[in-house]
Amino acid sequence: MHSYHLDHLQHLETEAIHIMREVAGEFERPALLFSGGKDSICLLRLAEKAFRPSDLPTPLLNVDTGHHFPELNEFRDRRAKQLGAKLIIRTVEEAIAKGIAQPSPGEISRNRLQIPTLLAAIEEFRFDCCIGGARRDEEKARAKERFFSFRDAFGQWDPKNQRPEIWNLYNGRLNPGENMRVFPLSNWTEMDVWEYIQREKLEVPSIYFSHKRQCVRRGGQWLPANDLVPPKPSEEVRELVVRVRTIGDIISTGCVESPATTVSDIIAEIAAARVTERGSRADDKASEAAMEDRKKAGYF
Amino acid sequence: MSSSAPVNVPVDILRFNTCGSVDDGKSTLIGRLLYDSKSLMEDQIEALERSADITGGGQINLANLTDGLRAEREQGITIDVAYRYFATPRRKFIIADTPGHVQYTRNMVTGASSANLSIILVDARTGVIEQSRRHTAIASLLRIPHLVVAVNKMDLVGWSEQRFMEIRAQFEEFLPRLDIKDVKFIPMSALNGDNVVDPSPHTPWYAGPTLLGHLETVHIASDWNLQAFRLPVQWVNRPNNPTDAALHDFRGFSGQIAGGIVRVGQRVLALPAGIVTTVKQIWTFDGPVDEAFCPQSVTLVLEHDIDISRGSMLIGAAHLPGAATELDADVCWMHSRPLEPGKKYYLKHTAHTVQAVVTEVVNKLNMSTLDTEDAPGRLAMNDIGEIRIRTAKPLVFDGYATNRLTGSFILIEQGTNATVAAGMLMPPREVVKPEVGDYVI
Repeated sequence: MHSYHLDHLQHLETEAIHIMREVAGEFERPALLFSGGKDSICLLRLAEKAFRPSDLPTPLLNVDTGHHFPELNEFRDRRAKQLGAKLIIRTVEEAIAKGIAQPSPGEISRNRLQIPTLLAAIEEFRFDCCIGGARRDEEKARAKERFFSFRDAFGQWDPKNQRPEIWNLYNGRLNPGENMRVFPLSNWTEMDVWEYIQREKLEVPSIYFSHKRQCVRRGGQWLPANDLVPPKPSEEVRELVVRVRTIGDIISTGCVESPATTVSDIIAEIAAARVTERGSRADDKASEAAMEDRKKAGYF
Repeated sequence: MSSSAPVNVPVDILRFNTCGSVDDGKSTLIGRLLYDSKSLMEDQIEALERSADITGGGQINLANLTDGLRAEREQGITIDVAYRYFATPRRKFIIADTPGHVQYTRNMVTGASSANLSIILVDARTGVIEQSRRHTAIASLLRIPHLVVAVNKMDLVGWSEQRFMEIRAQFEEFLPRLDIKDVKFIPMSALNGDNVVDPSPHTPWYAGPTLLGHLETVHIASDWNLQAFRLPVQWVNRPNNPTDAALHDFRGFSGQIAGGIVRVGQRVLALPAGIVTTVKQIWTFDGPVDEAFCPQSVTLVLEHDIDISRGSMLIGAAHLPGAATELDADVCWMHSRPLEPGKKYYLKHTAHTVQAVVTEVVNKLNMSTLDTEDAPGRLAMNDIGEIRIRTAKPLVFDGYATNRLTGSFILIEQGTNATVAAGMLMPPREVVKPEVGDYVI
């Protein structure tokens, strides 16, 4: 410790811990959005670093679309238990049954329906702040996001009217009904996340590593073969050795052919990658402004 | 995007921001930097090509890489700060792309406040305009250690060395009046890629580095103050664990060290309480440590059970800060409702929010002349000026020039909760005088 120098991961870590503690200091009822994905795994470790030896001051919240990979949910439940954290799950299924979320005719994707489900959970538990694992390098609309992202009483993000964020001074003041989304990993890249997972020896769900899977060729990608959208006779189905790079719903998450079986393999693979992480997410390809529109409606 | 970053090698991070007027080519410059440094992925290049068909007669428009929001693409302007990340084998970079039109100057302050370096873009045809002076003055006020003046669109002035030198001279007229020590002038064409990543064949008269070459090698003098220990307490860590005896009495003070170094056994002063105690343990999730330094995040356990809460500050007694309710500061006003003397605001400083009232607007900076005008009465959006503030509770602070983290604050409008100003404190008129010698509870 005598060099008094922090490397890039230590810099990103102390920045994120500072933000976590600001949340604990400024909000009455914060929640931490935990999906079991790699980014939220890092968030949980940062929460441990920020708050131990005390218990985590926030419950974990997950919106379950019903289209999750089973491996992801198994990991989510197990990790929450290990940490002794309270895990709150609200499902899109339940939201549809209660009339909170309304699917369009023929709409199979649960992507849009996550939004009203999340907003209803925020209202139910009167959460004033949700900590999320979004990163600015993921997508163009995310690149304009603040660490403390203000949402009005309808849960909406207004990119033209964001609070300026200066130095490390975050304005967390809210009026009743308003809400804050806080993103401690804003400055992290995909590479930083994996390097941190390696340094901290964090467990991740098995689907990030190479495995055999029946895949269907759809929209220029290999998607997991599934019963929700069964392969049409015209679609090519193959068993491939794949892994997932980013986890969304099972019907929209592209699998990449990969022999990576360890975190080091994944880091080497990302270093050589020629497409971005979100290049494998069909939900972002819908249009140039797909993410921008979802965020304005209240998406994470 | 960090495709060429080495693995397991300590790398440092350079944060920089870009500023210029509309059409100076900022977005194009960043696009060029990413494109030529091979930081773009195939799907990003594909998306660029897709948008070229819609907006630009088939030619790739590098500005589309950063102008992310639909409204921006439609209007052809950048409306907010966008952050970009890339890496070369030498460094990781965080870019804050900040728009230059007058009404969005607050975004430049946002993007520049944590930067190591600012790039000011100038159109070689128009030379220095008020925006260039404003951006340079803001960079100076925020004490950004390094400045690059990118003289862009040199192809449109026939790569004239004389024109380049004229613009340089325009800058040198006002630079001595500002607080910037390190300035680099680089002639370039972002559109064509000259001197951005690759050296230009058109500038045999320019012997300096390319922009990326400079960004990779500029010495980042430590931004962090390692002289005077400061720990603003963010959160009191009390497990209250009834079953674990070791944790039952645990009481730690968590925060990010804002200055200096702290060691186990060191005497520290808790302010504003004015109580001296000793550091018993430096607790971290990875185990206790003997010492910690700025900007690490730690939890301190103290020898005495004293009443400290969020907003208190633990300090090393060798370098005393100020503690006052009457403060002098430079502010940049960031809201369309002007600053009103006599109106109450919230003031957030470190982890401490107090009520404050502006008692006087001392002066205002004239952006064209860089002279100050006394007693302007008020400050409007984008104005920079010196003010006097009175706070409801004392602030424990340092001058901004000494410590960016303990010398800065924001003002928040009551009711709307809008962040309306960024403030930089002047050095304390006198340092705090702890009344106690060896006060033990």
